[in-house]
Amino acid sequence: MTATDARSPEAYAREFQATIDADQRIEPRDWMPEAYRKTLIRQIAQHAHSEIIGMQPEGTWITRAPSLRRKAILLAKVQDEAGHGMYLYAAAETLGVDREELTELLVSARQKYSSIFNYPALSYADVGVIGWLVDGAAICNQVPLCRCSYGPYARAMVRICKEESFHQRQGFELLLAMCHGTAAQREMVQESVNRWWWPSLMMFGPADGDSPNTQQSMEWGIKRHTNDELRQRFVDMSVPQAEALGITLPDPDLRWNAERGAHDFGEPDWSEFQAVITGAGPANAQRLAHRRRAHENGAWVREAARAYADKRAKAVSA
Amino acid sequence: MIPGDGEQTGEVTAEGGHGAVPTTGVPTGQGVRRRDWPLYEVFVRGKRGLNHVHVGSVHAADAEMALHNARDVYTRRNEGVSIWVVKAEDVTASSPTEKDPFFAPAGDKVYRHPTFYVIPEEVPHL
Repeated sequence: MTATDARSPEAYAREFQATIDADQRIEPRDWMPEAYRKTLIRQIAQHAHSEIIGMQPEGTWITRAPSLRRKAILLAKVQDEAGHGMYLYAAAETLGVDREELTELLVSARQKYSSIFNYPALSYADVGVIGWLVDGAAICNQVPLCRCSYGPYARAMVRICKEESFHQRQGFELLLAMCHGTAAQREMVQESVNRWWWPSLMMFGPADGDSPNTQQSMEWGIKRHTNDELRQRFVDMSVPQAEALGITLPDPDLRWNAERGAHDFGEPDWSEFQAVITGAGPANAQRLAHRRRAHENGAWVREAARAYADKRAKAVSA
Repeated sequence: MIPGDGEQTGEVTAEGGHGAVPTTGVPTGQGVRRRDWPLYEVFVRGKRGLNHVHVGSVHAADAEMALHNARDVYTRRNEGVSIWVVKAEDVTASSPTEKDPFFAPAGDKVYRHPTFYVIPEEVPHL
């Protein structure tokens, strides 16, 4: 805003909402309500943290991949997760936060990340199931975000969604190979699906009735579908895929409802969700400790590179 | 126990994209710049014949490192044949809030567009 700009605060607010209602994007230097800015910082920063922490469950398997082909794929996938984190931190910074500060908020556990990454990856089948179900659920969430009202976030999501498609397909292909293998391999896949199915459903968040912020996010064009809509879409997508693999989804209430034209399914254990997201999941402490250690161990590199750049800049100007 | 454990996080909605994360009780930062590596804006030429296009930003100690970081972050799948990096603080921009007056000079010059001119349909190649 400049001195020559004499419009009233109400005029700015009207213009902001009109831009969103016309399905246009809000860009970084536009006027925006403080609550919109803060909601986006929370969402984008914690999305970025999720990508960064999300490298850990699968990353542990890189050195133990069953073949060079699988190893190259897994390396590329985990590198993508780092890249996704970087796209998102870059988007968050356009809202006036500092990337280093966001990292501090993560390692001090004041900002969170997706609860799903607090579950351990116990077998190589988990690499496949994480790609298929966890990244599949993420895609359901992320595709509508490509049309999010905030330009830099929407553009980051376009890049991410293109790459997530590779993640999901490599996971499914891995599972397909295992399901066509030995009985023991099929059993590994089933055991893995049994552990990841419910946490994947929880990724969409609580039922709509328990999600009071959804309405505001939808009015701001940040969110396009409710938690329950996205969860339903994910279940309907996953059922035929599970059939193709020949595995059973661990929900006795899961069945086709011809009347609704959709699947009925059971209720996730929301007390588990609350516990995991607030810090009491199986791997929360380990994930954060690992991230903190990596950050601290890298401090001297960051300082040395800075010192070298300063020295060279001085040499040039001298 | 990790710091932050037991904090009341309130409602949890499906924001965060990769899965639901808390929306209340979460600080959004002070926006104070640390003395970390400067921010560089990144522009990528997708292929020969196209302009460089802004794709995002990276932090780096100097311009050379910014180029390498930009390559790793933005061109993992051959998305580019050339990269420019520019220190974010060196970019001079028009302000979107000044949009109307700043771009007004072009607003009333419809004669700059070919569609302004009415030509009989039977005249070829125009």
